[in-house]
Amino acid sequence: MTRALSPVIVGAGPAGIRAAEALVAAGLRPVLIDEAARGGGQIYRQPPDGGFTRPKTALYGTEAAKADAVHRALDRIRDRVDYRPRTLVWNCERGALDLLCDGVTDTIPYGPLILATGATDRVLPFPGWTLPGVFTLGGSQVALKFQGCAIGRRVAFLGTGPLLYLVACQYLKAGVEVAGVFDTTPQTVQARALPGMLRDPATLAKGLALVGWLRLHGVPVHHGIRPIAVEGEGRVRALRVRHGAGEIAVECDAVAFGLGLRSETQLADLAGCAFRFDPMDRAWLPVRDTAGRTSVPGLYIAGDGGGIAGADAAELAGERAARAALEDAGLPVDAARVAWLDRRLARVAAFRRALNAAFPFPQDWAATIPDDLMLCRCEGVSAGTLRGVGQRGEAREINRAKALTRVGMGRCQGRVCGAAAAELLAGALGVGPDAVGRLRAQPPIKPLPITATPVQEATP
Amino acid sequence: MTEHIHCDVAIVGGGIVGGSAALFLREMGFSVTLLERDWCGAKASGVNFGGVRRQGRPLEQLPLSQRAHAIWGRLPELLGTDAEYIRSGHLKLARSEADLDSLIAYKERSAGFGLDLEIIAGDAFRRRFPALGDRAVGGSLCPEDGHANPRLVSPAFARAAAARGAIVREQTPVDRVSRDGDRFVLVSGDALEVRARVLLNTAGAWSHRIATAFDEPVPLESLHPNMAVTEPLPRFLDVNIGVEGGGVYGRQVPRGNMVVGGGRGFALDPDRARPQRDAVLTLMRDAAELFPQIAKAHVIRCWTGVEGYTPDRNPIIGPSRTTPNLFHAFGFSGAGFQIGPAVGEALAELVRDGRSTAPLDAFRIDRFPPTP
Ligand SMILES: Cc1cc2nc3c(=O)[nH]c(=O)nc-3n(C[C@H](O)[C@H](O)[C@H](O)COP(=O)(O)OP(=O)(O)OC[C@H]3O[C@@H](n4cnc5c(N)ncnc54)[C@H](O)[C@@H]3O)c2cc1C
Ligand SMILES: Cc1cc2nc3c(=O)[nH]c(=O)nc-3n(C[C@H](O)[C@H](O)[C@H](O)COP(=O)(O)OP(=O)(O)OC[C@H]3O[C@@H](n4cnc5c(N)ncnc54)[C@H](O)[C@@H]3O)c2cc1C
Repeated sequence: MTRALSPVIVGAGPAGIRAAEALVAAGLRPVLIDEAARGGGQIYRQPPDGGFTRPKTALYGTEAAKADAVHRALDRIRDRVDYRPRTLVWNCERGALDLLCDGVTDTIPYGPLILATGATDRVLPFPGWTLPGVFTLGGSQVALKFQGCAIGRRVAFLGTGPLLYLVACQYLKAGVEVAGVFDTTPQTVQARALPGMLRDPATLAKGLALVGWLRLHGVPVHHGIRPIAVEGEGRVRALRVRHGAGEIAVECDAVAFGLGLRSETQLADLAGCAFRFDPMDRAWLPVRDTAGRTSVPGLYIAGDGGGIAGADAAELAGERAARAALEDAGLPVDAARVAWLDRRLARVAAFRRALNAAFPFPQDWAATIPDDLMLCRCEGVSAGTLRGVGQRGEAREINRAKALTRVGMGRCQGRVCGAAAAELLAGALGVGPDAVGRLRAQPPIKPLPITATPVQEATP
Repeated sequence: MTEHIHCDVAIVGGGIVGGSAALFLREMGFSVTLLERDWCGAKASGVNFGGVRRQGRPLEQLPLSQRAHAIWGRLPELLGTDAEYIRSGHLKLARSEADLDSLIAYKERSAGFGLDLEIIAGDAFRRRFPALGDRAVGGSLCPEDGHANPRLVSPAFARAAAARGAIVREQTPVDRVSRDGDRFVLVSGDALEVRARVLLNTAGAWSHRIATAFDEPVPLESLHPNMAVTEPLPRFLDVNIGVEGGGVYGRQVPRGNMVVGGGRGFALDPDRARPQRDAVLTLMRDAAELFPQIAKAHVIRCWTGVEGYTPDRNPIIGPSRTTPNLFHAFGFSGAGFQIGPAVGEALAELVRDGRSTAPLDAFRIDRFPPTP
């Protein structure tokens, strides 16, 4: 039984690494795959080998100890896992994954499979969002941490979510002028959410410290705003927002924006997992139990890839999913440890609900997107084109809208524009985003070079 | 509460065949109800390669194919959209002298059907199609063949039918069909019952289920042509390309993406299919060899569809042998997109006149012995 187990983990972030660690502890040798060159995932992403020598305290700030612990965990098990960095999983088909590494494709069977694929920024378009100098919050952070460069000299931060304040602080610390933080959530809403966040006083304190620190350094923080436009010719010159009845304009040469995160769920979709609409994430997510079991036997999801819950939760969920996989395979598990993990995960979930109340998705934003605005950059689809197929009754569902307009058909396969497309179509139909369904995943989940060669043919 | 609809003609399946039949029947003045389980044109008709080609078809299909050609020429008038249909020409490549010979033989056999095929070889070929370099010794060009965007064309037929007064119900599976006196009774859950004098079975790869309900089982197999598309590239190709002997085919769409097809996907279940990994990789290799211009590009999407194939690869079109006023049209075996609208028109004629002006003898259902 044990020998027949060949577990595969996709994603070497906090969730994937902790899952691997638990499987190794049980005497298994999992395959651990990640597109990135080094382990750590999004938050604990490590700079490229060599050249970069900034200490972890500089890279990860208050999270340095956690980052270090996760990196060390991977280092410790490295010779007991089949670790495959720089490897993209581009397809999942009938019990096997398709990989791409250095232009060579390979297929590996799995049993069980743990998907720990994390999340990326969620965005909605607004006038000027395609101007050079407008970045996502996550992208701005990656630029700063790992390319060692800022997205501008004077940067405005726009949107919602903890990353908004975090990245603004990181920019300020790096010596970049922060033109302002423009939070879509009214202050009253955030105040109401405070009691709920007391469940995790340490994290709350960190968050409040960020805001305090920004204000202390004279950074204007505005609440309850909606973007009007990023202005500039060929390059960002200013950001204009609506604030109450008035308007605020700041000069800046770059804008970082984001509206929380969205889970990477394509592999779960290709693997046949059932999905349901999650009102908190405002997204269709794979159905899973608290241990990460999906509707497909032997397939588990851990971390932000199954719903946004943050890095601490991802570590717990990774270990929990691995233990579920062991248990389901008839292997012994430490019941006390599992119970402890479940309690911790439940607490995180409660905090996550409070956090969501403090940084709600701005549901009215999509309705203000002008018809002539570019929605899908890959395929050049405007907001009005998408609304049109809804308003004319030609599409009541997002895949149908995709077929008729090309939205989400391009290079990003809807990973960037999908959330916005669902909001716009739902708006045009006068229904909620749950009612328009979700974009079906298609292989390859990221672009595949035509010259990709199967491994049998590549080896001389 | 069950809704009841009474009409002249009920149609099961809103692909390009059912959609165009509904449109032509409305133009003749019949009352029509079209029931579609999914969205109209979401199955084979909306996901196919988009080849609008007469060249290469068996001769018995050419009369229908010619009629379809005329209908395609009237798309904007019929549908209110050109659906990215372009008469770019279809070039069938010969990679050997033997292949060139069979292209020449086809040209001779099909003379008189109006395809205006032109055989081009050697230096003339290289001068005319520099983009194809030395990949072929020559080819056969059908100048008025072309390609179109299936995702736009096929739903538009059903939409045009609805605009002319057909009742079109999407997300409405026909769960049961039967006969009650001289009426057909179609039932969808407990929501809808349709009674009609005539029934058209245009349910694509699922048509054998309807046929079987009338004691007329047919040998129909589902297969899944494999497709891939690249990111947009600078224009290098306008003609729709096929290769004699099969294998890979390709066309560059107006946006610059190269759509290529070849190999087969696999069935997830009777209703859905997925591209198959080895087929995808083989297709990429073959396509890059045929079109060196795409060698540096990426494939951004792969897909397939569910298509019904008959043993002799010709469709079944015409009256049922067991049940009066039941007409079938299915089993297009990977090539029903181009002729689909003419099949719809022929079905409308069958309903009105009991016969079609297009020769349909080769497509009779009784050419197959009844399968148990
Ligand atoms: C850009 C960005 C910046 C963030 N910054 C912060 C921050 O500063 N502070 C904070 O608290 N939270 C931050 N978050 C949120 C935080 O990253 C997550 O909560 C946490 O990393 C979740 O861990 P995870 O293991 O679930 O996923 P991740 O850490 O996202 O790891 C997923 C891994 O899977 C890999 N992967 C995904 N799909 C594939 C595939 N098909 N093939 C191969 N590999 C694949 C990815 O390369 C990635 O390494 C950030 C998120 C993003 C997107
Ligand atoms: C990937 C692919 C590539 C192709 N490439 C080409 C090409 O380049 N050129 C070409 O000429 N042909 C091509 N074809 C073939 C062509 O697409 C088909 O022959 C043609 O679309 C068939 O049309 P149809 O209307 O009969 O079937 P479909 O489009 O499949 O329509 C049948 C409809 O019936 C519905 N239905 C079934 N059962 C029920 C029920 N019980 N109740 C209600 N509705 C029901 C289905 O949902 C479906 O929408 C290709 C096919 C595929 C799959």
